[in-house]
Amino acid sequence: MGQELVLLLFRVGFLALLWLFVLLAIRAIRTDLWGVPRRQTQAVAVRPPVAPVPVPAGRGRRNRPAQRLVVTQGALVGTTVTLGAAPVTIGRANTSTLVLTDDFASAHHARLFPHNGEWFIEDVGSTNGTYLDRTRVTSPMPVPMGMPVRIGKTVLELRR
Amino acid sequence: MTATLLPTRGGRRGLEAGMLVFAALLATGAFAAVTYAHGASFTVQIAYYGAGFVVLFLGAHLAVRRFAPYADPLLLPLLAALSGIGLAMIYRIDLANADSAERAGRSAPSAYAPLQMMWTLVAVALFVGVLIVVKDHRALARYSYTAGLLGILLLLLPAVPGIGATINGARLWLRVGPLTFQPSEISKLLLLIFFAGFLMRKRDVLSVVTKSILGIPFPRARDLGPVLIAWGASLGMLFIENDLGQGILVFGMFLAVLYVATERVSWFIIGLLLAAAGAVIAFFTMPHVQPRFEIWLHAFQGNNPQGPSYQLVQGLFGFANGGILGTGWGQGAPQIVPFANTDFMMSSLGEELGLTGVMAILTIYLLLVMRGLRAAIGVRDSFGKLLAVGLAFSLCLQVFIIVGGVMRLIPLTGITLPLLSYGGSSTLSNFMLVALLVRISDAGRRPPTPATPLVDPAAAPDLIAATGPERVGPAEPAKTTPAEAPAETGAPTAPIAPTAPNAPAGSGERAP
Repeated sequence: MGQELVLLLFRVGFLALLWLFVLLAIRAIRTDLWGVPRRQTQAVAVRPPVAPVPVPAGRGRRNRPAQRLVVTQGALVGTTVTLGAAPVTIGRANTSTLVLTDDFASAHHARLFPHNGEWFIEDVGSTNGTYLDRTRVTSPMPVPMGMPVRIGKTVLELRR
Repeated sequence: MTATLLPTRGGRRGLEAGMLVFAALLATGAFAAVTYAHGASFTVQIAYYGAGFVVLFLGAHLAVRRFAPYADPLLLPLLAALSGIGLAMIYRIDLANADSAERAGRSAPSAYAPLQMMWTLVAVALFVGVLIVVKDHRALARYSYTAGLLGILLLLLPAVPGIGATINGARLWLRVGPLTFQPSEISKLLLLIFFAGFLMRKRDVLSVVTKSILGIPFPRARDLGPVLIAWGASLGMLFIENDLGQGILVFGMFLAVLYVATERVSWFIIGLLLAAAGAVIAFFTMPHVQPRFEIWLHAFQGNNPQGPSYQLVQGLFGFANGGILGTGWGQGAPQIVPFANTDFMMSSLGEELGLTGVMAILTIYLLLVMRGLRAAIGVRDSFGKLLAVGLAFSLCLQVFIIVGGVMRLIPLTGITLPLLSYGGSSTLSNFMLVALLVRISDAGRRPPTPATPLVDPAAAPDLIAATGPERVGPAEPAKTTPAEAPAETGAPTAPIAPTAPNAPAGSGERAP
């Protein structure tokens, strides 16, 4: 009787363990796909800083540098690049940070780099040019939040 | 091809370690259950086994930490879980075989579990080796033609008299002394590298369309060459080596990569039509294909259950005996089915773990394939994308072919159940497959590194010259030398220095 019980425990216990493993794996994938649940991120954002830094009135939040580069039009629409401290190269070359699949883009088309808390766009010698809204980029230009950057048929935007 | 680069919270190596411990717990639990059901009390041997398993995969984990710190944290634990469950089942069938031999008064047959443990050890070493040697998966693109040639040679090697050997009707084996090896398993990986490299260069040409039939745009007739060659090779394999499974696998892998490379449904349709034509040709010309259909379609008719369909029918009885929750480890009789620890692994597991267990195992495969496809989405170069898709899909197709065959959904063809079955070559190649996926996922999830001047513009011409003519395909003028040069330095995702010269021609205007 004791042995039967142990066998039953093994039988059901192993299956439970197996499914627990699967569910834990799925949970890990979920956080990978959508990041930390929204409630948690908001909680982090709301928490006051330990030593509040005086910010010039009216500028505060708006001046925070962009967090993401989002493709809003073109073949890669929906693609997001998280911005850090490193410049982002854009082009069709496989070595670019953002590899475009756009026939009208050059292999090395443009470069987005941070400078003094702002992101600048620079054309690195493309054939068809880089446009900040309607203006052709000839020298590095600061990119305002949400302003469309056009490269071939692709449109990019900075977002927070 | 859409790339999504979402924020990842570091490399998540801690999660990997935790999941690995869980996988070790699963493996040890299975082993303990088998031992207990066999009548032995819990011995210190179980603890040794569990500790050995942990040490083995901890080694792999440390290698991932060191050589691929941003890799997908789930690939290795999923691999470890499958491998552990497989080992337990192989051990369990060993015990059953030894028992029946003892009852019949024969000497115990050779045990497979120690061998498989040895193979797993070698496989983990190879897994680490792949991570160390392949620092950047894009370097593999340079050897794609070499890999293709080697892959085909390895496929043909068993046909050479003297070293080739026919085992269970298929001429798939190499025999060197007492060791047998199935080179087609390794050639599978080499061919995938070739497919990815070849299609990366030719995808623009192959996606050109001329006319559409029934609303589906079709490619030009002269671009059919590569597909026909792949088809011919698969069919040739079928004829030379008498093996259905590998041929289907190779052709299926090629079709999947081709479809992803060109984004044309028409290639898929053409491929399916060719596969159907191949099936018809094989059906009427090959002596051993017709019986396969007979075994499959009329498994329960006439004398078949005792005769040719015995294995399949016994496997199905195994599933039925398992029911929803299974008989429990060591409580069923999976050893009745011939090849219970290789081709019929799934029916063995189905009997002892039931539908619940089979679904969990299939879900683990699904997650593994999903993480592979996720690596393809995450990585930023087309070679890596195509290679990851090919690797993930080949795993998926293998599972489908053998599990479908065992469950009588499709005709049975003998290939191993990847990562679970007994088999040296299969274990080695599938561990290497997952290692390549780990490498690609690491490249995709690594945050962009600060731009350091990787290429001194003055030195660039030398590097360009060193890349060789093969790498500069005329089909892709835009992806020429300056882009490739940083790959030499081994920094996977470092953006190119802004000072590097731009690709000169053909990059701006749409190709005619």
